[in-house]
Amino acid sequence: MSIKLQNVSKSFGEVTAVTRVSFSVEEGELLALLGPSGGGKTTVLRMIAGLETPTEGDVFIRGNRVNDLSVQKRNIGFVFQNYALFKNMSVFKNIAFGLTIKKWRTSEIQTRVLELMELFGLDGLEKRYPHQLSGGQRQRVAIARALAPKPTVLLLDEPFGAVDARIRQDLREWLVRLHHDLKVTTIFVTHDQEEAMEVSNRIVIFSRGHLEQIGTPREVYEQPANEFVARFIGVMNVLELEVLRGIARFGELEFPAPEIADGLKVRIGFRPYAVQVSGDPDEFRYRATLRHTFFLGIMLRLELELPSGLTLRARMTKEEYAQRGLEDGVHVSFQIRNYKVLSGGKSQLHHESGAQTEPPPAIAEGI
Amino acid sequence: MHSSKQPTNVLPGFNLAMGVTIFCLSTVVLLPIACLLLKAMELSWHDFWRLVTADRALAAYKLTFGASLVAALANAFFGALLAWVLVRYEFPGRRFIDALVDFPFALPTAVAGLTLAHMFADQGWLGRYLSPLGIKGAYTPLGVIIALTFVGLPFAVRTLQPILETIDTDVEEAAASLGAGRMRTFWSVILPTLAPTILTGFALAFARAIGEYGSIVFISGNMPFKTEIAPFLIVTRLEEYDYLGAVAIATVLLFFSLILLALINLLEGWASRFHS
Repeated sequence: MSIKLQNVSKSFGEVTAVTRVSFSVEEGELLALLGPSGGGKTTVLRMIAGLETPTEGDVFIRGNRVNDLSVQKRNIGFVFQNYALFKNMSVFKNIAFGLTIKKWRTSEIQTRVLELMELFGLDGLEKRYPHQLSGGQRQRVAIARALAPKPTVLLLDEPFGAVDARIRQDLREWLVRLHHDLKVTTIFVTHDQEEAMEVSNRIVIFSRGHLEQIGTPREVYEQPANEFVARFIGVMNVLELEVLRGIARFGELEFPAPEIADGLKVRIGFRPYAVQVSGDPDEFRYRATLRHTFFLGIMLRLELELPSGLTLRARMTKEEYAQRGLEDGVHVSFQIRNYKVLSGGKSQLHHESGAQTEPPPAIAEGI
Repeated sequence: MHSSKQPTNVLPGFNLAMGVTIFCLSTVVLLPIACLLLKAMELSWHDFWRLVTADRALAAYKLTFGASLVAALANAFFGALLAWVLVRYEFPGRRFIDALVDFPFALPTAVAGLTLAHMFADQGWLGRYLSPLGIKGAYTPLGVIIALTFVGLPFAVRTLQPILETIDTDVEEAAASLGAGRMRTFWSVILPTLAPTILTGFALAFARAIGEYGSIVFISGNMPFKTEIAPFLIVTRLEEYDYLGAVAIATVLLFFSLILLALINLLEGWASRFHS
């Protein structure tokens, strides 16, 4: 096991940034710390690095408790959000910095730096200064610099935050390939769920300093531990309904809830792809008007307005859309193929959890 | 030029603003300098050379430039330290000290000179303890340096402070994560980044020191060949109704000031070669 956090908490004065977080990272893993800003993920990363000291709990690197070990001695590689390159040094000197401090021999430094520069597609840029590089090159220099002294773990804080969208995609793929080649344990922080899903082996989801769920991208998408995760990973329609005679109702929508007592409230969520829409107003049970269609490349997002005024989001491919004769403003019918009870009820059929991190929405929302 | 052929500028009144600026700059800066040079040309080359290379004048230049250099160096060092402390640390009285830095700006230089002279005189508050140790702060070149350091300090501090405030600590953290200790980080990462700004502060303090007059006349004693600064020599010549003598020395000061500023500019350019 490469890294382990045990009941780690961190407070800055009155503010608690991280509350009793425990998880472990296997050797060679590519792990994402995901969550909205202020969720505590960067603080967790900085505690692993030794840039912050936990208020409580222990951090272990390869089995050794490192709480009292300074950042200089932890042998970690840290890549900062804005890269934090030494602008007074050439690319070569930037990458060589850690090696010079570790007193490597000049010839070894030369070999190591040039090897990394070639691996990172930076050859020929040795003498450039950081301000003469593109955003993507700067990031690669920052990662090369962090990797040069062969750290136990590579930590990246929002690695794709500072580059524009077009380069982002390339960098993601590049990071995955790099990790595949080097097999160094890598932990990165991101607020972008798509990025976390695409790049990492496992995702740790944080919100307000709490660890909400840890799992593979597929696990957190298909079996979200709670409503927060469900809404943060992907888009989800969430409704709060009142139960009457075994049925949870919201306007015309009804969901069977036989186990739940009358008058109780339940929260139900369903993914947009679970909403089946037909251009024939009589095909399915519920009626709605198709208000807007958003083109997202191969997929389309549909906004349905129900007679009660509720708005739901649905999703389908372009082909389905065309086949079903849909267009903005038409009357449609729809059904909900599957859904999840997020909180309130005690249905054994559905995955649920008590954590309610968002106020109940007036309409169903997607994120 | 016909107005329709000019590129449209978002901000109106560029021509007017530019005209006024050039006019003011010319009247306030360029015209007096031109007059000075014109006046100096009334002297024959031989006379000019004799006036500006007189022993008394040479001693005065040496003191002016030497003391200014030492004072500017001291200011660059202590100013950087002070700016660092003010930006990086929270301590009681920080805002007060921050405000105090501007004091030499606000204080009439004559008042500063008078106060310093009294303080460092043999019977003064500090002088009575320092004199027995052989440190004479009044009526010596050291006094000149002290006064120049006093008037130049705000330049060094105020130039560096805003730059320090914008420097991200992540560069220091990056150095630490690569194993560098505090001293190593300071010497190899922080100082080189700040060097151009420290140089600018140095240049400003230096320029200010060369032109300083008010505070020095009180503390230096103005003894020819010993503690007489070049600006004071100009005044002396004027009092002797030797206008051309004054102009000759002024021309030399002007010439050296320009050369020094040019040199410092080159140095700044070199030190900031890694900035975009």
